[in-house]
Amino acid sequence: MREYLETNYLNQETTIKSWLLTMDHKRIGLMYLFAIMFFFTIGGCLALLIRLELLTPAGGDVLDRDTYNVFYTLHGAIMIFMFIIPSVPAAMGNLILPVMLGTKDVAFPRLNLASWYIYVIGSCIGIYSIVAGGVDTGWTFYTPYSSTTDTAVISMTFAVFVLGFSSIFTGINFIVTVHKMRAPGITWFKMPLFIWSLYATALIQILATPVIAVTMLLLIMERTFQVGIFDPTMGGDPVLFQHFFWFYSHPAVYIMILPGMGIISEIISTFSKKKIFGYAYIAASSMAIALFGFLVWGHHMFTSESELAALVFSFITYLTALPSGVKIFNWLATLYKGKISFEAPMLYAINFLLLFAIGGLTGIFLGTLSVDIMLHDTYFVVAHFHYVMMGGTVIAFLGGLHYWWPKIWGRMYSEKWARVSAILIFFGFNLTFIPQFIMGSQGMPRRYWQYDGLANTELFHFYHILSTAGSWMIALSFVIMLIYLMHSIKNGKVSGSNPWGALTLEWQTPSPMPAHNFLEEPKITHGPYAYDEVEAERTID
Amino acid sequence: MLLNAGDKTAWLPQQASTIAAEVDSLFYFILYWTVFFLAIVVFFTFYFGWKYRNNRGKGLTSSNDHNTFLEITWTAIPFILVMIVFFWGADSYIKMNIIPYGAMEVNVTAQKWSWNFKYKEGFSNPRELVVPVNRPIKLILQSQDVLHSFYVPDFRVKMDVIPNRYMMTWFEAIKIGEFDIMCTEYCGKSHSEMLGKVRVLSQSDYDKWIEEVNVVDESIPLIDVGKTAYKKYACNTCHSTDGSTGTGPSLKGIWNTIVNHENTAQMLVDENYIRESILNPQKNIVTGYPNGNMPTFKGLIRDREIEGLIEYIKELK
Amino acid sequence: MSNEKTQYFQHHFVDPQQQHEASKFGMWAFLVTEVLTFAGFFCAYAIFRVWSPEMFINAHRALDVVMGGTNTVVLITSSLTMALAIRYIQMNNNKAAIINLLLTLIFAGTFLVIKYFEYEHKFHCGHLPGAFYSPHISPDCISIEGNNPHIFFSIYFMMTGLHGIHVIAGMVLITWLIIRTTKGHFSPAYYTPVELVGLFWHLVDLIWIFLFPLLYLIG
Repeated sequence: MREYLETNYLNQETTIKSWLLTMDHKRIGLMYLFAIMFFFTIGGCLALLIRLELLTPAGGDVLDRDTYNVFYTLHGAIMIFMFIIPSVPAAMGNLILPVMLGTKDVAFPRLNLASWYIYVIGSCIGIYSIVAGGVDTGWTFYTPYSSTTDTAVISMTFAVFVLGFSSIFTGINFIVTVHKMRAPGITWFKMPLFIWSLYATALIQILATPVIAVTMLLLIMERTFQVGIFDPTMGGDPVLFQHFFWFYSHPAVYIMILPGMGIISEIISTFSKKKIFGYAYIAASSMAIALFGFLVWGHHMFTSESELAALVFSFITYLTALPSGVKIFNWLATLYKGKISFEAPMLYAINFLLLFAIGGLTGIFLGTLSVDIMLHDTYFVVAHFHYVMMGGTVIAFLGGLHYWWPKIWGRMYSEKWARVSAILIFFGFNLTFIPQFIMGSQGMPRRYWQYDGLANTELFHFYHILSTAGSWMIALSFVIMLIYLMHSIKNGKVSGSNPWGALTLEWQTPSPMPAHNFLEEPKITHGPYAYDEVEAERTID
Repeated sequence: MLLNAGDKTAWLPQQASTIAAEVDSLFYFILYWTVFFLAIVVFFTFYFGWKYRNNRGKGLTSSNDHNTFLEITWTAIPFILVMIVFFWGADSYIKMNIIPYGAMEVNVTAQKWSWNFKYKEGFSNPRELVVPVNRPIKLILQSQDVLHSFYVPDFRVKMDVIPNRYMMTWFEAIKIGEFDIMCTEYCGKSHSEMLGKVRVLSQSDYDKWIEEVNVVDESIPLIDVGKTAYKKYACNTCHSTDGSTGTGPSLKGIWNTIVNHENTAQMLVDENYIRESILNPQKNIVTGYPNGNMPTFKGLIRDREIEGLIEYIKELK
Repeated sequence: MSNEKTQYFQHHFVDPQQQHEASKFGMWAFLVTEVLTFAGFFCAYAIFRVWSPEMFINAHRALDVVMGGTNTVVLITSSLTMALAIRYIQMNNNKAAIINLLLTLIFAGTFLVIKYFEYEHKFHCGHLPGAFYSPHISPDCISIEGNNPHIFFSIYFMMTGLHGIHVIAGMVLITWLIIRTTKGHFSPAYYTPVELVGLFWHLVDLIWIFLFPLLYLIG
């Protein structure tokens, strides 16, 4: 129906207490959404300042040495731990997963609220760390520098430790919800692929996050009690830290990308009005990526570990890359003979296909042993991970945001400005990061405050200028996005329950969603992508 | 005289070592296939997007939703390609790690924030690794403090440097000239200033250099020796000459002044003070610099260079 | 019966059976994370043990096998009383259940007391982690040969310390159960919290069963 549900989850109760003590997954998801966007803004501003400093080869125009080192560390730590890891699962997942499964809430609503507060506490500890002068070790906290530097390492690592619990509890909640609370009629192979991706992600969350907890604890012990396990002068091994750290942090990147891929499956199917191609293969590839992701941590350490280990890790890295390729081909095949329209969510999905393809393919360079020796710790790596994390996850997140925005608020944003922003970000992003690939292969190292006095300084200077210009384009597109999204909350056109004519369950309920998700018991009469059997009316033209 | 020494290209620096050409070929192989697959993705995205564009068309779409043959094909072909890349990469990598017998050995010491190269002949050369062309050079790397990484892009050489452990790598330069050394594992404040140079000489020039390096040219004025030493031993990474505070106190205007120390000693900055600060820096640490980061240069710096630094500091008013 | 049902039944579930299954599954998922946490420490143990086997064997002699063995028996018995408590609730015998929960609590406390004495002895002998290692030679403190014996004690304290924190957490949960059982919250129809705490407690016991031989009985 094309109407705005007057009493919905947003206004059913309006006291502060009803928000602070809410057990409604939708409210929790919304709070997460605002929090992560806040941290994204901070992390983004840090990036803009870093890029400004790098406009000239000499250091010190904008930031002094110490500040620069703290800024790039905080940019990484904030973006990874306070923004990207919770972004799709905790914000989008919480808002949508139960509704997609036809159930009233997640399995453990109180645990969900606890998860939110633990995130808040962890983030506050992180903010304390920033205010106490921040950390300058790089978000990777490598020892022995991190066990000896006199910056606020303990508080930041403790923040990461606490934030990990938030991630674990969300993972437990989603696993149990998917296993035990699907509405009758939604079998495992009738679940939307977004659910499969969240499920695979949740498995990684519960298996990998404890390891970063241990790692952070060990680093804290090292700093406070000098236990000596990473200190070579006391019989310890600094490389051991790297093994512990990457054992979590590599699976963590799959926590980041898998839910994003789930969103892309939803969007491409909806906006091609066509059944997703290779459903079983896409679901299987999510599980394969989750499994293989645990076996490749050593590919971050090719220049510091044994040759045999390096060979094994390189080999498995390639196997891990293949399922992602399978997904891309399946998405392209979905477009074939579809009925394609290009609203903003679809533009983001197309963005994703192109940018993630570049990101994934450049991973091949880095998984190749001899080539990696040359590219490790250079800007090539920086460009690669920004392509997959930003060009991949952030773009998918934005796609999901625009896709489910009408479901969350009951109103549409300005389609025109959304398209402007989506296209601007594509060009800005490429302008920022393609030069970084070239700089990296030409020898520009990471984490450099100044790049004067090198044979290639002029060459790097040229590319850094392009990169900084691109960063301003990205910033502009986000400013535009913030404006039209905020404007739409009160002033957007009413969207009705199903502005896109999609078939998954969340679109069969009014917008904004009712407090208990559905007004009547949802009936499952078809699969989530059955555009060959069913035609759902769009509630908006 | 030097074959296979490729020039700088759009993507890669000049090929100045024996392994560079091989690594580069693999790089381009991957690059071409990357571009090819990217082209496929771009093509089908835009082609299907255009051909099947149908804003809000009515009616159902096809139920064709899987094709096992396609799935196998688009898994198998990439699999074969990555296997080729893996074996090729592994092969080159093993070559990069097997050090040729009889290679000339140089010990590399990394510390915050400078490189030092110790030759078998017994002397040290800070900042500059001088080697003969067309000879395999084995590097034995160690760190005095935190992790560093030794990186020479033109040679395609990189190796992490770890405290309390020896890491080894090697290269054979095929081009005469100067090539940048950079530290590429974050090691603190002046990480991006921890630079060096590989200077590749012909065998005869190298032999000459070995003979002369320990001889200090008495004809160079002391103050110039001092200025050179100030950069050579990376004093500039911690001690400014313009009054600004760094990891260590500025050298400007300190000559002949009384300075306070953490151990409450008050000392006059004279010749003895400067000499002791260079050879035994931990003995008296200036107030306000409690972490006492300065390493000793005993055994590294020559007496004439100390004298030169004294003259230089005298001039910094 | 229906009173209890409305008291404990959470309405986002379809029925109490779904709630029970979900809760149990959730606890198992949580226990998996606990296993992974300790696995990290076990890895560190394994690595350092392989690097300094002699030192490990020498250092472990500073541990009191009798105290450790007693603690093992204490903890296993506490698992038994925990299981019995669940059984008694299933049989609607709240009184016996409370007694067994109390016994579990007492055994847990005993474990911690014995641990306290062990730690005290370590402090006395200077057998401490990392930079605090300062061995004190006396008739009741053995001397330890080998490289870097402080590493053994770093691992010992970190692992038994983390385990001890979990014992304390378990004690808090068992106390909570005792209070609720006294208030009559549990019955054969609904005893999920008791079951879940039981699962947690068994894991705490299981971890000790691995810790004990690896730290106390090697060589």
